[in-house]
Formats: sequence, structure tokens, C-alpha cells
Amino acid sequence: MATSLAVRVREHELWWSLKGHPSAMVALGLLAILLASAFAAPLIAPQNPYDLRALELMNSELPPIWEEYSRWPYVLGTDVQGRDMLSAILYGSRISLIIGFASVILSLSVGLSLGLLAGYAGGRIDNVIMRVGDVLLSMPFILIAILISAMAREVLPSGMRDVLAAPILVVAIAMPSWVQYARTVRASTMVEAGKEYVQAARLIRVRPWRILLTHILPNTLTPIMVAATLNFGLAILSEATLSFLGVGMPPDQPSLGTLIRFGNEFLFSGLWWIVLFPALQLCLIVVSVNLIGDWLRDALNPKLR
Amino acid sequence: MSTFPLLEVDGLERRFDVSAPWLNRVIERRPKQILKAVDGVSFSIPRGETLALVGESGCGKSTIAKLVVGLYPPSGGTITFRGDERRVQMIFQDPFASLNPRWRVGRIVAEPIRTLEPGRPDAEVEARVAELLATVGLNAGDGTKYPHEFSGGQRQRISIARALAGEPEFLVCDEPTSALDVSVQAQILNLMKRLQRQFELTYLFISHDLSVVRHMADTIAVMYLGRIVEIAPTAELFAHPRHPYTRLLLETIPDLEAPKRDRTPMAGEVPSPIDPPEGCAFHPRCPLAFDRCKTERPELAGEPDRHRTACFAALPVASAASCVAPARAQSRST
Repeated sequence: MATSLAVRVREHELWWSLKGHPSAMVALGLLAILLASAFAAPLIAPQNPYDLRALELMNSELPPIWEEYSRWPYVLGTDVQGRDMLSAILYGSRISLIIGFASVILSLSVGLSLGLLAGYAGGRIDNVIMRVGDVLLSMPFILIAILISAMAREVLPSGMRDVLAAPILVVAIAMPSWVQYARTVRASTMVEAGKEYVQAARLIRVRPWRILLTHILPNTLTPIMVAATLNFGLAILSEATLSFLGVGMPPDQPSLGTLIRFGNEFLFSGLWWIVLFPALQLCLIVVSVNLIGDWLRDALNPKLR
Repeated sequence: MSTFPLLEVDGLERRFDVSAPWLNRVIERRPKQILKAVDGVSFSIPRGETLALVGESGCGKSTIAKLVVGLYPPSGGTITFRGDERRVQMIFQDPFASLNPRWRVGRIVAEPIRTLEPGRPDAEVEARVAELLATVGLNAGDGTKYPHEFSGGQRQRISIARALAGEPEFLVCDEPTSALDVSVQAQILNLMKRLQRQFELTYLFISHDLSVVRHMADTIAVMYLGRIVEIAPTAELFAHPRHPYTRLLLETIPDLEAPKRDRTPMAGEVPSPIDPPEGCAFHPRCPLAFDRCKTERPELAGEPDRHRTACFAALPVASAASCVAPARAQSRST
């Protein structure tokens, strides 16, 4: 089976279509590097930016290595507390990627289950689920996220706030974005449920949840995978926005958004590297994710093959 | 016990609510719209025999199929099945929609076995699947392929194999050959006849094509707009069609001996079942229609269990019921 898996990957149409898309190949490679460096941060970063003892004010406000007055190993310079920017960016990317990924997984699972339920059950259940979704969509996305994360902060005791900052963010970002998945899945569920292979399964009394999971779900996944990839980029951006607005990750475990927020304050003091490099990293991640999403959309669309 | 038919359907009705959404209805002040897809249909199928339902699209024949297998609940009437309800299987019309495109053929055929007998060991199930594929004329190795690797006729064979996997006693075939080429149609029909003899199956066979049904059915019921208008043994129906609609259908069958014979083209279209014509639903298209047909609906009459027709104008010669005799006289005078 192990060899057959390798053969299947090589013969898979996605693999083939990748060869015709150089931009997607570059994006995949870039994202692989970004992911690897972010998750290997404790191994490759010159400094642990969370460890306050490692910071020395002596090394604060150092410019990037190619500028004057720079110092090794601070390749991308340091911030006002002497924190190494490269290390902070690597650790920050890790947080941003994890939060983005977790919120996509959360909204995907909520959206998939509600969409399947609405599409298959129909009637009142369908109406309730989709109207709740409509209401959520009628409010600005970022407003709901701010609302959730600000409310959670108010409700929680102060000691819990920082510990739960990441889970709160995940929920705040996932909350408004499940609707899109639910709508897509509901539409394809309704189409698939009317098909005769589902009737054949109903005929021999396969249980409804089994029909949903084994018959209908696999046939609704293709458009969902594209949406999920594109939403991964969006989720990372949303996290950055919330952190930038100060309702996201706390300063002692900064995400890319938090780094940009702090850097922003020093932009006019001429310390441009503190804001520029985290922003660049954010751009690289989101652009490569979006390129992959665009390619997937084309590659999985039978009409464009 | 064996004298009772396997399936008995009595006064079967199915209505669909096809009204506009509630808000539109309120704003536009329109009433609810009810579609009577099946309107009082009765028939029975003896064990081991085939009953064919024939009619144009929209006459309710597929709805009857879904009612009989339990995919829809009936709105009225009764369905009596004297057998194991889990031993009812269906073969569908569209060979492209009836197989899950993401499942391998082996898994598709095994699904009824795994569902009906969850404890059966894998090796046994696999052997049974291979045997079933061979029975319907496919290779045992085809189980590892996906449905898109097969032609329409082969897919229909897979559908039949899946139906057989449930060890059915009763098979509902909803236009199993109408999506296939003529040459493939004959192969599938012959396969189904062979399987009927081999496994003593009872068929409810649905088709719009009388010539297909002629080779399959023991009894034919002709449907028009949700009702049976004529029901008779196959040979009898072809020899002495009584209902003008049956004659119209027979007219449309191409004839080898007289390919260019003077055929009356089928005039008009099936009226909407939402708003069916008063009286006999067929009267707007009927060449024999007279006044009574426009006001009163004919019921099936004739020899019970042999040849019955729902028509005032075309009554059986032998058993002209007294109550409808004046109508006949009237029809002759017009």
C-alpha cells in the first residue's frame, strides 16, 4: 500500500496540473519554507523572544545587518526592548499560522455539519440554520470578531485572559466565517441527496448519518477545499487585524499583527524595520496561500480542465 | 398463501404541494397548488411475474415506483407487500447518477450486503461481490475500478449487481434501459429476464416504451395523468387495445413490416397534472371523445383480472356493463 500511495500521488491529476502552474509551484515552495521555519522557530531562531532574560537593552533599536551600527546575529535588527526581529517574526508567524489554521478547521467543521444538516433535513431546520447565517453575514465580519473577543476579555478573570487569548481569537474569527461553508455544502448536499445513488442507499435503510458521511460529504468537498484554502489566508489577515487593533494576542506572546502594532508606534522615529519585516512576512504568507487557493480553484474545476 | 399476489396496491394516491413560497402566496393572493401525481391507482403483481407501467413522462409512473419502495410516503391508499420489506430493491433510470462517483464498484455492490448483514466477514463479502459481478456479465476484477471507467450499459449492470446483492424478491425497475443505446438495451433486458428466471424475481417494470415492455411484462398497465386507463395481459393488450390512448401509444411503435405506414402523429401534449381537465383527463386529445367524457370521469371496467379499460367510448365487446351501455349507443351515434 505504501508504494501505491506514492504512485497515486504521482498519477493524481492535481500533481499534473501543478506542472502547468509555475506560480502555484513557487507559492507551494514558499509556503513550505515559511511553515517549516515558523514551526522550527525554537531550533533556528537566534533568541527566544518570550524569554525576557534573554533581552538586553544594550542591543535595542539595532538596524538590519546591512545598515550601519548593526550587530550580529540580529539580521533583521531589534526592537526598542532589544528583541531580535527575526526571532520575533518566526515565533509570531507560528502563532499566526496556528490561529489561522485552527479557525479554518473550526469554521469548516461547524459549516460542514450545519450545511449537511440543513441541506439534508430541509424544512424548518434548514430555515433556522440559514437565517442565523444570513443575520451573521449582514454584520461586518470584523465587527463580530471584535465583539466576541472584547466580550470574552471582559467576562474572563484577568489571569485567564492571556492564557485563553489564542482560543478566543480562533472562535472570534471562525464565528462569522462558517456561513460561507454552510451555504456551499447545503447547496451541493441538496443536489447530491436527490441523486439516485443516495436513494439506493436509503432504500436498503442505511442510516441517515451514514449516508451523509459516506455518500454525500465526499461529493461536496471539492468546492469546500478551495474556499478553505482561500479562507486560511483571510483568517491569518483577520488575526493580524484583531491583534493590530489590540483585541488579539497579548504583547508577551506576539503574533505578526501584534508585532506590526508595536512597530507602527516607532515608524516615525525612523525605526522602520520593526514594522516593515513583520508586515512583509504577513504578505508573503497570505499571497502564497492565495496563489495556492487560486490554483486549486482552477485545478479542481472540471470546466476549466 | 401463494395465491395471494406479492404486491397489492389499492387506491394509491400521492399529492405534492407545489405552491409558491408562503410570502409570495400571501402577497399575490394565490391559493395553494396541489399536484396529484398519482390519483387512485390499484394493481397487483403475483409472485414471479412482471407488471409494466407505461405512459408518457409526467404521468406518475416513477412516483409509483418510489411509493412502492417506500422512498415517498403515500398520501392515500394502501400498499400491501407480502414479503420481507428489506428484500425490495430498485434499479434506476440514470446510470450516471445511480452510482456514487467516489466509490469503487466493489464497495458499491457490497453496500447492501454490509448494511443488511453487518456481521459478515470481509472475505465472504468480497467473494460474494465477485460472484455478483460475474452474474451480471462483468469481470470479478472490475470491483476495484470507479464508475466513470464504465459505459452506460456496464453501469446499469453494476446497478443490477447492487440490487441483487440485497437478495431481493421484488425488484422495481424505473426505466432501466431508456438512457441506453438500442443494442445495449436488448442486452440489459435479456439479462433481467434471465435473472428473473434464475432468482424467481418479481418485477415492477416502468417504461415509456411499449416495445421494450412487450418482451418483459406479463401484464401491462397504461397510465395517463396519474391514473391507470387500461390494464391487460401483454398479448391481449397488443392484440386488442381498447383505450384510445393505448392505441395512440401503439401507433407510435415503429413497424418493421410497414415502416412507412400511415401513422397518426400523437396529437397534443399531456395536460398539467396541477390543473387536469374535467371528466376524462384524456378527452382533449381523444378522437372518440363525446359530451359525457367532458363531465364525468370513467372508472376502470371490464373483465376483472383480465382486461379493464377506463373509457366510455371504448368498451369491451364481451362484457359491456349495463350501466355504461347508453354511453356506447351515444358514442356510435356521434
